[in-house]
Amino acid sequence: MEKFKTVSGVAAPMPLVNIDTDMIIPKQFLKTIKRTGLGANLFDEMRFNRDGTEVEDFVLNKPAYRDAEILVAGDNFGCGSSREHAPWALGDFGIKVVISTSFADIFYNNCFKNGILPVVLPKEAVDVLMEDAERGSNARITVDLENQTVSATDGTEFKFEVDEFKKHCLLNGLDDIGLTLQKAASIDSFEAGYSAQAPWV
Amino acid sequence: MSAPKTLYDKIWDAHVAHEADDGTCLLYIDRHLVHEVTSPQAFEGLRLAGRTVRAPEKTIAVPDHNVPTTLDRANAETMTEDSRIQVEALDTNAKEFGLHYYPVSDVRQGIVHIVGPEQGWTLPGMTVVCGDSHTATHGAFGALAHGIGTSEVEHVLATQTLIQKKSKNMKVEITGSLRPGVTAKDITMCVIGETGTAGGTGYVIEYCGQAIRELSMEGRMTVCNMAIEGGARAGLIAPDETTFEYCKGRPHAPKGAQWEMAVEAWKELYTDEGAHFDKIITIKGEDIAPSVTWGTSPEDVLPITATVPSPEDFQGGKVDAVRRALDYMGLEPGMKLSDVEIDTVFIGSCTNGRIEDLRAAAEVLKGKKVKDGMRAMVVPGSGLVRAQAEEEGLAQIFIDAGFEWRMAGCSMCLAMNPDQLSEGERCASTSNRNFEGRQGYKGRTHLLSPAMAAAAAVTGKLTDIRDLV
Repeated sequence: MEKFKTVSGVAAPMPLVNIDTDMIIPKQFLKTIKRTGLGANLFDEMRFNRDGTEVEDFVLNKPAYRDAEILVAGDNFGCGSSREHAPWALGDFGIKVVISTSFADIFYNNCFKNGILPVVLPKEAVDVLMEDAERGSNARITVDLENQTVSATDGTEFKFEVDEFKKHCLLNGLDDIGLTLQKAASIDSFEAGYSAQAPWV
Repeated sequence: MSAPKTLYDKIWDAHVAHEADDGTCLLYIDRHLVHEVTSPQAFEGLRLAGRTVRAPEKTIAVPDHNVPTTLDRANAETMTEDSRIQVEALDTNAKEFGLHYYPVSDVRQGIVHIVGPEQGWTLPGMTVVCGDSHTATHGAFGALAHGIGTSEVEHVLATQTLIQKKSKNMKVEITGSLRPGVTAKDITMCVIGETGTAGGTGYVIEYCGQAIRELSMEGRMTVCNMAIEGGARAGLIAPDETTFEYCKGRPHAPKGAQWEMAVEAWKELYTDEGAHFDKIITIKGEDIAPSVTWGTSPEDVLPITATVPSPEDFQGGKVDAVRRALDYMGLEPGMKLSDVEIDTVFIGSCTNGRIEDLRAAAEVLKGKKVKDGMRAMVVPGSGLVRAQAEEEGLAQIFIDAGFEWRMAGCSMCLAMNPDQLSEGERCASTSNRNFEGRQGYKGRTHLLSPAMAAAAAVTGKLTDIRDLV
């Protein structure tokens, strides 16, 4: 995984609440055995007409947002299906940060495995950033993971919380399977004790 | 004496294989269920890193999302090329890594969350994961069960653990008994209506109370299945005699002395008196009505006797969301839900594809006919549910009424196989999600119980089951 660096750029506003993973990447694109190439179908049913042409007023089709690296979204982003294809599609499109008041648990975790930072901020802060985002390329937002801050266009800083371990892995691009395998001895000894206690498992 | 614990605390504590200073744990996983859509990249990851599956004997695979449900599905041409590749990848991975496997040709094949309990893989006190959000279903056994992403699937395959931090505890108590015509599906939808789809985020829910105790295992699975629709990572129900009775004699349940030993251990799986919950919700069972969704989020749910709400009834971001939902659903505020005409009925899914669900629907359909011009299908949750329904005569009732009697799979719940809604079609569905496009591009979904779905098939509109029986 690539190391997460500070992101500074245009943010696309998606104020709709409860954007689910079916919207982010509809099921017909889950029939792949690869992790790559899903960006072309990110938000497919909102972004494209049935004939393949673009829906003109969809945010990521507007010139100002075509290269957006940040999404500012309504409450409960990423709810529904556990499909990791959702962060794969976002990442493949070029999105590196999603900011919202809340995320669904599974989606939130999946982001960190794919170099994407989900940032939870209070409603007042998200409102400010949403307004910035709506100003298109006239407004830039900066997300600094190391210092856990999001800076609005006027320089106002919002501090956000993130789990230390997740932050460490994202900043250093670490593969957590490798880290866990270093603790194989703990797993072995747990397993031995546990199967004596619950042999039916 | 140690501090009182919740059921979740007990299962969690019994599975921590390693805890770091910051509270990050390696949680040991007892059962890993695998299906064809969220696993190919995980197996590929193992191969690329030269890793293997740590506990293949605890890993169970079954194709369900893509598989056709038509009788001729043994013919590979009934599948699209990309679906076939995905199913074949699972065949290959299961063989190569030595997993327990139920291929499409096996009568035990079905939806992963129906097969697991049916085969006795899911047992009380276990940790169960699957790359599928409806893994919450298995919580009905008092097992800690939740969905994971594909990277986590790979992590569990390689290490038999998950990196986790503990969630908070929520109690949802349903007091008293349910009224006639009200089912487990109505309980779980009513709870989501109460909490909202994000109300459970960060929590594990324990469902309790008399109305929950009175449910069969099938009903309890329906309740826990939709915990994720309320945002909760997992739902739990403490095991009792009903649970033990269901598990006893299943192919992979313990036998003899080990069974006795297991039951003794399982009897300790309850929330201690005085244990702390971070959030508590109490609903009177008698207040729950047969329910139906009107919008495009599972929280958009009301009793069938209600009318379609107006965007102005809501606040904040939900106002625009409701406007969008009503437009998508083609509904007007003030319209009676029982006047909404439908053209398709889907009975099935990991929410309501078990034998009890088919019995409830068949009970309504006995001696009746599906309204002219409607498409109605029953997709049993597994080959064994299908066989049992045929033996009990339920299949014949469905066929006589005009339903299509299909083979097992996820089918129109998420429409990854050919079972899909066309643009503008409106479906009464026993599944779990009414998201935009979920059952097909621009398809419209109303979630409800199997009995209510059967009633809708007869009348051609959303119908109060209490008016029909």
